[in-house]
Amino acid sequence: MKKSGWVRKDLLGLQELSKEEIELLLATADSFKEVISREIKKVPTLRGKTVVNLFYEPSTRTRVSFEIAAKRLSADVINIAVESSSVRKGETLIDTGKNIEALKVDIIVVRHNCSGAAVMLARQLRASVINAGDGWHEHPTQALLDIFTLKEKLGRIEGLKVSIVGDIAHSRVARSNIWGLTKLGAKVTVCAPSMLIPLGIEETGVRVTNDIDEALKGADAVNVLRMQFERDTESAFPRQLEYFKNFGITTDRLTKAKKNIIIMHPGPINRGIEIESAVADGLNSVILEQVTNGIAIRMAALFLCAQANEKLKIL
Amino acid sequence: MPMKEKARIMDKNGLLRTLTRMAHEILEKNKGTKDLVIVGIRTRGAHLAFRLSELMEKIERHKPPVGVLDITLYRDDLSSIAQQPVVHKTEIDFDIQNKKVILVDDVLYTGRTVRAALDELIDFGRPLFIQLAVLVDRGHRELPIRADYVGKNIPTSPKETVQVRLEESEGIDEVAVMENHE
Repeated sequence: MKKSGWVRKDLLGLQELSKEEIELLLATADSFKEVISREIKKVPTLRGKTVVNLFYEPSTRTRVSFEIAAKRLSADVINIAVESSSVRKGETLIDTGKNIEALKVDIIVVRHNCSGAAVMLARQLRASVINAGDGWHEHPTQALLDIFTLKEKLGRIEGLKVSIVGDIAHSRVARSNIWGLTKLGAKVTVCAPSMLIPLGIEETGVRVTNDIDEALKGADAVNVLRMQFERDTESAFPRQLEYFKNFGITTDRLTKAKKNIIIMHPGPINRGIEIESAVADGLNSVILEQVTNGIAIRMAALFLCAQANEKLKIL
Repeated sequence: MPMKEKARIMDKNGLLRTLTRMAHEILEKNKGTKDLVIVGIRTRGAHLAFRLSELMEKIERHKPPVGVLDITLYRDDLSSIAQQPVVHKTEIDFDIQNKKVILVDDVLYTGRTVRAALDELIDFGRPLFIQLAVLVDRGHRELPIRADYVGKNIPTSPKETVQVRLEESEGIDEVAVMENHE
């Protein structure tokens, strides 16, 4: 780790990262966490750099988190929401990216509903690209902040039993978590109704179950995914009730789990659908700490990619 | 690049005597340890800061608090952080407002590290003043910065390097001048 450091101009996903690279990101974020707890929460590291948040999907927390992270590093930040941009006039992603680059922007944080969008953009641009979620593919900074929070709480990742519950099939958060956690030596279980488990997921080394009690039993942590019923066209309400009954994380169900089980959720939470209010607000929940840690992780990602890109320019 | 040792400047006892003298000088100039805090620059400046604090305790029976500064995020050369791939933590768990701050580093050279350290320190509050203590001053300043306390002045050429090795990081206490053979 000491020799190589970070040499990537982009952060696109956890699948392509080595264990050492993930550990470097986590260690760097740990130092940034000290910065954001200072009275003056700002360091001059990225002074003169410009970060553009290019979001093709609605997002408040991830965009705000990236914006705060960039500002804490003294970078200038510009937000582009697609509803009000020339994408509406038919501009392609690559053209938009190249135009942003022509404005002398250093880092583009992109969220897109197509899997692979960030990778495609990164290949075409000299600017750094950070993936803030692409389709069902990856959401690396979310998984990193989940792992960071777990490590902070339990002191390690290796050997931990982590269950991910919810719509695994359509979740980039689940995929990034699976890559990251398994690389660091955690034992991952995914739990959902069969129709929400993607075919072949076992090949990533995870255990699959349809039984929520089995997923909770012996687990050190459970990552509860958001159920995205708003995407349904059919009447969702009866299905929400059914999901809560069979997969919802409730105080009652947790009586059979480890006493100190850690409850995580990437947000925004659907109270009474995937998680009971008492659990979301309970002592085992680290949901709001995840939000705080997200800033430290995104500062680390921006810093490492900017620094690596600076070195590439010299070579 | 290969480096050859040119001269051994200090051994364990020499280092102890020098640090003891510096501790006395700091105490003399500041009239004791009242409001005195010591902040070392990672990594060796931090080790020296802890040692100076302990030496002062022996003299004054009061130990000034010690903080550690990591200046990576304040450097003026983002691309050359290559030598230090991991950003470490700054640990100053006391208020520096209106305190007499002794900033400690092992070698004073261009002055750029000290410049970064001053910027970072000031983001933590407004100290009464900041004084600089260095074990070795090797010259070749690129900024208008000077030390208030110097362990030893070692005139060097830019081709040479001064290596401070400490028990805490290298397992041995010594200072050597190294020559660059290209």
